[in-house]
Amino acid sequence: MSATIDTHGHEEDHDVHHHKETFITKYIFSLDHKMIAKQYLITGTFMGIIGILMSIMFRMQIAWPEEPNVLFEALLGKWAPDGVMDADIYLALVTIHGTIMVFFVLTAGLSGTFSNLLIPLQIGARDMASGFLNMLSFWIFFASCMIMLFSLFVEAGPAAAGWTIYPPLSALPTASGGSGLGMTLWLVSMAIFIAQSLIGSLNYIVTVINLRTKGMSMTRLPLTIWALFVTAIIGVVSFPVLLSAALLLIMDRSFGTSFFLSDIFIQGEVLHYQGGSPVLFEHLFWFLGHPEVYIVILPAMGLVSEIMASNSRKPIFGYRAMIASILAIAFLSTIVWGHHMFISGMNPFLGSVFTFTTLLIAIPSAVKAFNWITTIWKGNLQMNPAMLFSIGFVSTFITGGLTGIILGDSALDINVHDTYFVIAHFHLVMGISALYGMFAGIYHWYPKMYGRMMNKNLGYLHFWITAVCAYGVFFPMHFIGMAGLPRRYYTNSNFPLFDDLTNANVVITIFAIIGGIAQIIYLYNFFASMFYGKKAEQNPWKSTTLEWTTPVEAIHGNWPGAIPQVYRWSYDYSKPGHDVDFVPQNVPLKEGEEELQH
Amino acid sequence: MTALLTIIIVLFVAVALWQMVKIFDLAQVGTSNSQIADDEDNKINGYLMIGFLIFIYLITILSFWYLGDLPLMSNAASEHGVEVDNLMVISMVIIFIVQISTQFVLHFFAYKYRGEKGKKALFYADNTTLEFIWTVIPVIVLAGLIIYGLFTWNDIMTIDEDEDPMVIELYAQQFSWKARYSGADNVLGKANVRLIDIDRANILGVDESDPNAVDDVIVTELHLPVDKPVVFKMRSQDVLHSAYMPHFRAQMNCVPGMVTQFSFTPTVTTEDMRQNEDMVEKVKNINELRLERKDEIEEAGQELVYEFDYLLLCNKICGKSHYNMQMKIIVETQEEFDAWMKEQKTFPNSLN
Repeated sequence: MSATIDTHGHEEDHDVHHHKETFITKYIFSLDHKMIAKQYLITGTFMGIIGILMSIMFRMQIAWPEEPNVLFEALLGKWAPDGVMDADIYLALVTIHGTIMVFFVLTAGLSGTFSNLLIPLQIGARDMASGFLNMLSFWIFFASCMIMLFSLFVEAGPAAAGWTIYPPLSALPTASGGSGLGMTLWLVSMAIFIAQSLIGSLNYIVTVINLRTKGMSMTRLPLTIWALFVTAIIGVVSFPVLLSAALLLIMDRSFGTSFFLSDIFIQGEVLHYQGGSPVLFEHLFWFLGHPEVYIVILPAMGLVSEIMASNSRKPIFGYRAMIASILAIAFLSTIVWGHHMFISGMNPFLGSVFTFTTLLIAIPSAVKAFNWITTIWKGNLQMNPAMLFSIGFVSTFITGGLTGIILGDSALDINVHDTYFVIAHFHLVMGISALYGMFAGIYHWYPKMYGRMMNKNLGYLHFWITAVCAYGVFFPMHFIGMAGLPRRYYTNSNFPLFDDLTNANVVITIFAIIGGIAQIIYLYNFFASMFYGKKAEQNPWKSTTLEWTTPVEAIHGNWPGAIPQVYRWSYDYSKPGHDVDFVPQNVPLKEGEEELQH
Repeated sequence: MTALLTIIIVLFVAVALWQMVKIFDLAQVGTSNSQIADDEDNKINGYLMIGFLIFIYLITILSFWYLGDLPLMSNAASEHGVEVDNLMVISMVIIFIVQISTQFVLHFFAYKYRGEKGKKALFYADNTTLEFIWTVIPVIVLAGLIIYGLFTWNDIMTIDEDEDPMVIELYAQQFSWKARYSGADNVLGKANVRLIDIDRANILGVDESDPNAVDDVIVTELHLPVDKPVVFKMRSQDVLHSAYMPHFRAQMNCVPGMVTQFSFTPTVTTEDMRQNEDMVEKVKNINELRLERKDEIEEAGQELVYEFDYLLLCNKICGKSHYNMQMKIIVETQEEFDAWMKEQKTFPNSLN
């Protein structure tokens, strides 16, 4: 098909009216889902740079504790007198790093970008169900980012109670400097963030249910859409609970209520709080907190499934099983939150129940991993950067996921809870994996976003350095954790017991620095390709899904003519009886051709 | 000024790196005009996948070599700890086998089935038998682990009152630990933070009018008689803390407003643990490393030579000095314990 399609070729059912767009309506207050996707991506990237920079700083403190560092002096100012990082700001960096990476990068940046970009394009819709709500959700997200960044500059320091902000530490300014204005801003920022997430998610759900094109039944949907759809549902179910937790915490902090606080003596005086329980907060927090990790990982799984099939030139193996496992994971994700609380003081019997439900999640996860591996078996693998990141995703997902068997087992969790073992586990299984999914998605759909190709060789360089560094950083951490080193320690030099881990910590930090710097390659590739990248063809990866039937020049309404009708599922790669190794979804079945009934 | 200069230098370095990437980018002009992987790319990356597989194995071996001395997986110093270690080892072996084999299959397939022009992939969309197999195998393995795990968990968390465990309170505050022994009656006197009276040195808020408090003993170093079951009642006066005793495979949060508990039986005295072969090796290694950093350590006012002791660490973020909230634990014979206890002041005597 030609890349030049007459963008003014109106047809009867083409309901988009072309009107003159100003800079503001096109780039800032845009209602177009593709532009909003890019806005999410760029904002997420910006937040990601800050988050990674923070992690490099606190890693340097761990490797070379209390040593003066010009970088600290420059970036932390009064928090690093003579260049030595202060213990308070160390905790703040850890806290904000977690918050930014989990919520702003891997929730908004990942599912915000790809839900907006792919849902309308892949289901065959002109735009989201509500363009206005879509725009609103982005701008609320942007406000939330700004408040979070602003909180870095308050007098007593940003929030420093860990990203889980357990009260009473987060509730009492006397307990920690960061629990003053910094925490107030954190809570306000999160409350706003939840609002944007809800608006966005509802929009995604409505769009997927109502706006699928003719012939696009639920079982013909690409797995990306399934993943993004289910992610949105989990978000709607669980995010409001965090909102309530945040509001109750604001009440405790500012209006003297006692939801989470009781019997506290601090700085020489007894506080009036009576009858509340921090354990209640933990329940509320993890009721979102655990589904949240699936909100992060499911979109990545969806993107990877799609990219693996397309680049293997093979149908995804076990399409129905993949959908079933997404649904199973989504369901289980809402009933496992207690595995973060085995030793919180809750009833041990409850611990047994959560051990049971938690370990069950390993089953759908294992099915997914095996299906991905079978997908590449006997394929014709096109090693594009997106494909490399997808394979990397499966690798880190397995490595990180396996240790979940230990952490999910209450008897074993007693001993490794809150040690570096946990850090290693979740960074691999949801941090690095989700980032890989995000990178894979960006490399794959860049031509759709910007009409140009990214440089593949820079992509290779980016992948291989990142892959080596990711393992270099997080693999040894399992062992540090099993040696008993607790997380969130400013330095472990007060414990000679851990002295033999010092060298490992230095190695980890060096990997982290190299891995962090390597992201410049990606940033260059991303931004430079916008202007100098090779012009993309309409369907560069020879994929079957509908987004590649739209013209290269992104237009409002997506298709210049009628929306294509769908006749088959999205994985007809290398189907026998066809000359080419892919059959797009909008190609009618040949006479006598059977649709693989899925 | 230094700050400004540093920022400028960092920016320059970033720009330099950016330019280097750009040069790399520009240098490729003409060599390949497609941004889509060709056979050459498939081949190179296919080989790199094998290289990466070797890297994963290598880092596993190196980690075991340098960090594999895991005091948290062997030589447990408590009764239930042995069981925990067994479960841990079994889980680890399973994980290890699955990890090694699935990573192999994944990367090997990525290498073996790398794309070539003209090759056609196998159209293979489904196989119920296969999927049944890899649903059922995890189900069986996990069922085993779940059952074993739950039995162990129940065993650990059930406190057997018949064994007449010694009741000790662990009291957490920013940023130190106290322990309160219940004395001869084995019942702790009532306590509440509202009764704290710093002037009279009633720092734990123990109720002076409670007769059970008369023989309570408050200390800052935890002594435990070997082979005697202990039940810890945990309290915190300010924020969440977590009492983490890694060598005993014990941990429980200390929650303001409620009393949590954890029970175990220490089985190895501090003295015996110091003689333990693995521990001797570990301590020797640590001391060699400490000798290299001699000046630094002496400057920090620490003792240069490290001698093993059990520790209670805080393992829940609790504020600025979270990283230095610890208490020494000494496990000793009943006679040594009794002798030590005799020297301690009872609660009423410790008041001003």
